Order: sequence, then C-alpha cells, then structure tokens
Amino acid sequence: MIANAHPQLLVHDKADNVGVVVVEGLTAGTEMLCVCTEDNSDFRLTAKADIPIGHKVALKDLSAGDTVIKYGEDIGKMVGGAETGGHVHVHNLKTKRW
Amino acid sequence: MAFDFTQETVKAWRRENGRVGVRNHVLILPVDDISNAACEAVANNVKGTMAIPHAYGRLQFGEDLDLHFRTIIGTGANPNVAAVVVIGIEPEWTKIIVDGIAKTGKPVEGFWIEQNGDFETIRKASWKAKEFVHWASELQKEDCPLTDLWVSTKCGESDTTTGLSSCPTVGNMYDKLLPHGLYGVFGETSEITGAEHICEKRAANPEAAEKFMKTWKAYQDDVIEQFKTSDLSDSQPTKGNILGGLSTIEEKALGNLEKIGRTSTYIDVLEPAEAPAKGAGLYFMDTSSAAAECVTLMAAAGYVIHTFPTGQGNVVGNPIVPVIKISGNPRTLRTMAEHIDVDVTGVLTREMTIDQAGDALIEMIKRTANGRYTAAEALGHREFSMTKLYRSA
Repeated sequence: MIANAHPQLLVHDKADNVGVVVVEGLTAGTEMLCVCTEDNSDFRLTAKADIPIGHKVALKDLSAGDTVIKYGEDIGKMVGGAETGGHVHVHNLKTKRW
Repeated sequence: MAFDFTQETVKAWRRENGRVGVRNHVLILPVDDISNAACEAVANNVKGTMAIPHAYGRLQFGEDLDLHFRTIIGTGANPNVAAVVVIGIEPEWTKIIVDGIAKTGKPVEGFWIEQNGDFETIRKASWKAKEFVHWASELQKEDCPLTDLWVSTKCGESDTTTGLSSCPTVGNMYDKLLPHGLYGVFGETSEITGAEHICEKRAANPEAAEKFMKTWKAYQDDVIEQFKTSDLSDSQPTKGNILGGLSTIEEKALGNLEKIGRTSTYIDVLEPAEAPAKGAGLYFMDTSSAAAECVTLMAAAGYVIHTFPTGQGNVVGNPIVPVIKISGNPRTLRTMAEHIDVDVTGVLTREMTIDQAGDALIEMIKRTANGRYTAAEALGHREFSMTKLYRSA
C-alpha cells in the first residue's frame, strides 16, 4: 500500500495509453498511485523499471506500430515494445512526422 | 481569493503614447555591431543607463533589414523604456531608428561615429544620456489597470511537467485576463509542429486561421525542407527536452499549446517583432523557438512582461522586459531554485489546482509590475538576440 497520497504518475486524458512519472527516484516494483488530471480519477499500476521523473510509462502493453496517445492526441508510433508499467521514450517511440 | 480583474491595478509608468511600462530604462542603443563599444562607454560614464550590444546591422537588405530596423525601433519604443540615446556608424540609418522611436513621443536622440570618432561621439552622447537619466528618474508611477499590461509567453527547456503544470498555468492566466483587455502573444512556429491542426482551430476568425497555416507551412517549406540534413529529431525535441522525458515533436507541441488555455483564441498572426494592431486579445507571432530570440522579438513588439514556463530550467532574461519563470518540476526547484519566480510543483502533487496556479501567476505579474525584480533580473540575465533571416550582402 502507498503511505502518502501524492501520486507518482499523472495521466492527462482518459484516452491516453501513457502517463508521466512526477516523482524523483521511482524504482522498479513500486505500486504507483496514478491520477488522471482530466477528472481526478485514480488507479494503481506497478512500475516495471526504474523510470526518471518526467518520463513516460505504458498504461497497457504496447508493440511496434501502435499509436501512442497523450493529451488524448496522437504523439507518435511505437518502434519497439513496452509492457504495461514499462518505460516509453525515444528508444521505443518515434514521431510520425519525419 | 477570487480576483475582480477589472478592479486590479498596478503602480507603473504611463508613457506619452498612453501605453503602460513597468520598468523605466534609459537605453544606449546601437544601430549596428561596430557601435557597440561607444554605447558601452556611454553606459559606463552615465549610471542608470543600459547599453544593449548586438551582433548585426551592417549590409543587411530586404526583409532581413526591415526586421532589423523593426526590432531596434521596437526595443526603443517599448513602454519599459523612458528615453533612448541611439548611436550608429553613420547618420542615415541612425536617423531611421531615431525617427521610428520618436513616434512614441518619448525623448530620443541620435549620434554617429563617422567624422566624429568614438571619443567625440561618446562625449556628446554622454551629456545627452545624463540629461535623460535626470529626467527619467523623476518620472512618477501611477495607478494603472492590471489589464492595460501587454503580457507575452514562450516556454523553454520544456519537459513533460511543463505540459502538466507551468504551461496550463499561463493558459489559465490568459483565460482570466484576456477578456478584460490584456494583450497576449505566443509564438514558436517550429514548436507548433505536431499540433498545428489544433492551433489552427484556436483562431478567432477564418482569416487568422488561414494566416497561421500559411505562416506555419512557409516555415516548413522555406526553412526545414531547405536546411534539414536528416530529420529534426536531433534538435526537436532538444537534448534537454529528451532528458526531461519528451519523446516526439507532437508531444512537445501539445504541451506548448497548453499556454493558450482552454478558452482563449488568437485574433491575428504577427510578423516577427510586429506590434499588434487589432486591439486587445491574443496574437500568434511567427518566431523561432530559441528563448532569447523569441523574447527579444516579443519585447520589440511592445510587450512589457514575459511569462516563461520551464521544466528542465531555462535561465533566459531580457534587457528591458522582466521574464517571470514558472516551473512545476520538483527536481528543477531543488537544483536551480534561484531561477524560478513561481513554484507550481503543487500541481504535480495534486495540492494545487491549475486555477490556483493561474492566480499565483497573476499575483506575481502584479508584483513584477509594481517593481519586484524577477529572478532573471536579479541574476543579470539580459540576453538580447536579434533574429537574422539570411546572410548579409
């Protein structure tokens, strides 16, 4: 269980499939309190890696070719996989623009 | 406490043209790069003045020269400036700058170095600068409506926390103040890429939407397509953005656009350093996303306070416009707190709402207008960076 009420992960929109780590020093195995800023709803998710503050976490299993949704909008495509609770960043996510 | 924005006032200087300034600078303004030394000598002779050295102003032509003149004239004309001494290498371009600034009604006088030399130019200009300082230092502040201010915005060293906290804080401020007569402006043409379809929809009228898309597309065609080597992934997002967790230009653009809030719409699209001319409200300006260049252009358009959300910690300031830094990243507040004016980390811990964060920013805008030095002012950040469109002749 989580002792304090501060979330470790924030999600912009209910449609998003990634969230943002908002605490320093998050370690693999942490059961995160996750809050959706759109409606203040919350849920729990276990981090699968040490993920730095500001970096993204997959809210569901994502594989190459999947569209990543944040702010309820398309922010690019997966070019590698990420399991639920895994790290999503430039190693597995790329813009569709260039 | 809820603000009644129509009743809020600040103590500031009402200029000859009716505009409100929140600083009272006497500038020593070079027309060109080779007049920097004389300007710096005058500023050294006469305390209470400030020289703004820069890198350009010779052998420019066409649109690039127009932008140079617009930026220098606009800087001198800004309401945060009480009076201006202009120094150029020769009289003709010096006169163009002097005449441009004089349209505001403020005291301005020009000097040139050819056939005078640095010594004689510095001597004459120093006498005039001293006269201006005595005059400006006796000007009194008066009560001015908060919404008479022109407030610009641009974010820098963005990360995922800016889109969650500091950018929507600026957006909330704009949503509250723009309907009461504030002038606002946002820009960063390259960083709208990925959210241009959303920005297009935030235009107040079809003409503004069309002008925005034309400006954005021209940037893609004339700059990106012409000069790119592979793609922009090595510079957009920047290395700092990527360290902060931003992965793609779309993600960065969506966070950036949070600065215009939920309800605000832009009424016109401005050229770089162009003064808004369609009344109170929000404008989009075609600018670079580089912090110092963008703030310099907005200051030259007449904006008197700049609101600057940062995630990873951009330290930019401006010589004439106070730059208010807003950050919600707890690591940045821990490692570089001396640069941050408004701490919105509470938005991430869910102890502060965006509405409360917006009020905190409005309070800091008031305090800054009333005279509080921003972090950038206290730390001496006076970055003045001219935008150059192409090579000089």
